[in-house]
Amino acid sequence: MKTLEELHKISEEKRKELDLRVNTKADTREKHILVCHGTGCTSSKSPEILENFRKILKEKNIENVRVIKTGCFGLCAKGPIVIIRPEDTFYANVKPEDCEEIIETHIVKGELVQRLLCKDIDGKVVNSLDELNFYKKQKRIALKNCGMINPEDIDEYLAFDGYKALEKVLTSMKPEEVIDVVTKSGLRGRGGAGFPTGKKWELTKANEADQKYVVCNADEGDPGAFMDRSILEGDPHSVLEAMEIAGYTIGANKGFIYVRAEYPIAVKRLEIAINQAREYGILGKNIFGTGFDFDIEIRLGAGAFVCGEETALLESIEGKRGQPRVKPPYPAASGLWGKPTLINNVETYANIAQIILKGSSWYSSIGTEKSKGTKVFALGGNVNNIGLVEVPMGTTLREIIYDIGGGIPNGRDFKAAQTGGPSGGCIPKQHLDTPIDYESLKEIGSMMGSGGLIVMDDTKCMVSLAKFYLEFTVSESCGKCTPCRIGTKRMLEILEKLCNGEGEESDIYRLETLAKNIQKASICGLGQSAPNPVISTLNYFREEFKEHAIDKACRTQECKALAKIGIDEEKCKGCGLCQKHCPVDAIKGEGRDKRRIDPNLCIKCGTCIATCPFHAIS
Amino acid sequence: MEEKKKCDCQGKKDLFLEKLFKEYLPEKDNLIQMLNEVQEHYGYVPMHIQKELSEFLNVPMAEIYGVVTFYSRFSLEPQGKYKISVCLGTACFVKGSQKIMDRLVDRLKIKEGETTKDGLFTIEQTRCVGACGLAPVFTVNGEVYGKASVQKLDQVLDELIEKEKQAK
Repeated sequence: MKTLEELHKISEEKRKELDLRVNTKADTREKHILVCHGTGCTSSKSPEILENFRKILKEKNIENVRVIKTGCFGLCAKGPIVIIRPEDTFYANVKPEDCEEIIETHIVKGELVQRLLCKDIDGKVVNSLDELNFYKKQKRIALKNCGMINPEDIDEYLAFDGYKALEKVLTSMKPEEVIDVVTKSGLRGRGGAGFPTGKKWELTKANEADQKYVVCNADEGDPGAFMDRSILEGDPHSVLEAMEIAGYTIGANKGFIYVRAEYPIAVKRLEIAINQAREYGILGKNIFGTGFDFDIEIRLGAGAFVCGEETALLESIEGKRGQPRVKPPYPAASGLWGKPTLINNVETYANIAQIILKGSSWYSSIGTEKSKGTKVFALGGNVNNIGLVEVPMGTTLREIIYDIGGGIPNGRDFKAAQTGGPSGGCIPKQHLDTPIDYESLKEIGSMMGSGGLIVMDDTKCMVSLAKFYLEFTVSESCGKCTPCRIGTKRMLEILEKLCNGEGEESDIYRLETLAKNIQKASICGLGQSAPNPVISTLNYFREEFKEHAIDKACRTQECKALAKIGIDEEKCKGCGLCQKHCPVDAIKGEGRDKRRIDPNLCIKCGTCIATCPFHAIS
Repeated sequence: MEEKKKCDCQGKKDLFLEKLFKEYLPEKDNLIQMLNEVQEHYGYVPMHIQKELSEFLNVPMAEIYGVVTFYSRFSLEPQGKYKISVCLGTACFVKGSQKIMDRLVDRLKIKEGETTKDGLFTIEQTRCVGACGLAPVFTVNGEVYGKASVQKLDQVLDELIEKEKQAK
């Protein structure tokens, strides 16, 4: 237990100590080596890098240098990332064996390790984070602390105004005032649907009950999206703080975080954060001596996409199959165990503390007329700078993909971007300049979704993409209502027919009819939005569907049954490279002979196309 | 096949279960948490454990079975020694992870979700492990292999098969 005075003291002292993290001109002989420990970098051995640094520093008896694990820096494509502060040097793709050189050259001699410096897309070598185009157009609010602090140390969170918003709320604000600030800020639910957060809080507060609950939806099931995971891994306390503020506001003293079991690092850091907060008396009984009690429990999901739907999530917390309930009643009236329950998504919570501290007008000055603040996107697929970006609402897709994302690799052309995951749609070239907000995305047939943003180049077949999403919804449909359970299966069968060259023109019409019926008749958001990927691809890429159905052709050759692979005799030099790489020995010929493909053996995997140095195979 | 379904507890309450029953209160909402631990410990959810849970939590067996089969993390069959999961999340899919999956199915001659007869390999598909920066990825017992390709998969598989041969 710590008193408010003690917490202030920790915060102040730690802030001085960490000045070099934010101030490149900090007058200090100390250095901090920050090693990214997000999932991506951890998978490419960043824990080993951290250990190596510590070991070498100890061996060489170097003092004044600390090695710190942090959350995600965002630029996952360049991982593992090491940043040295205060000078803010950015080393990319670091390997454990590079540590020696970094310490020898950078720390001891004070020179840069040129070969490890990060290169921008234009080939320019950058010395520091701020110079990268990737960061220039970003505005980090929800991700403010990610990559800045050690997520496993509550003191570091306290140093950067941590729990100050909670203090402000508990000591000087009435619940109505909190709701007023959140409402005026214009914050909307970041889980996808965009319901006004202040309104949700108000509704839950208005329902009288002996017990209420606050729930954090961290069941980030959208494949290809990892915003919430990064926040939980990089700044778990920001979520705890906001849940407590929400608890005070609506009159709840118990919170649950429902998080995917597939995110072991996030779960571990949340556990650490909760324990530290309890130790400091920031969670538990009589917080800050104000008489307010609040505690938080973690509940693990068990791999069901539908549990991201709020009522299915509640069922799952109660220990049941995650099948959605019929709404109304909404959770604000009848949620967990029938009690009024407030459910918000991780990213929504991550904005709250700063809105309280900086005020609603600060927040509402960012963004567009109806969508305020920033949005975090997980940028992935065929784009150079894969990673996590946070941009003000109203930024265009072109800016995100080309300015921040660095464009499409291998000189290919942009074909479509997919937002909203299995519930969203594809955005084609002609809409690249649409400013992104909730309304504009809906208008062009997609949706904000939780923030997955997958870029596709012109080698991708849109019919098989639609099939991919339907496969997903079919396997994730909970089975409760017929339109979703059976309807999506029938849609998938039609798409499979098209991809296998067995389709006919009327299939396209059947797809459309089914899609409309499923949208109208399903119980929950999963079913209602399941046809979206098909509808939007049909809208923008109808030609491709027709080609599959009538001409039995796939222009990208991605649909194997329709693909025709052959070797151009004029271009083939008989090097035999394709033969060497063919996994099924389908390529025949000896010595400098021109090679040919045995169509009976060929599985159309495309390996030969990729390996041929003369582009003779297509 | 029958052989594999048994675990080492021989029908008695083992230490793990005893610990589990001490750690959790017999309340229904703990079911999924407890199943997660069972899955983690045994690698699957054996039928007799479901019965024990049913008694402990006072929840009908049918309901427990319903929950176990609903969530993809729980399996009713023992898993192979090496669980290979290919990520078929969108980011990996766009980068060609389906080819890796096809190759895996082709080489091990089993379908997704199945285990090889020798009990060595289980193939699974997973939806996003969150390492999209390394797409496409596959994991072997949780260890992530990023920027993967058919060749890389072959290499990893060959190494594992070789290792098992040596061990024999």
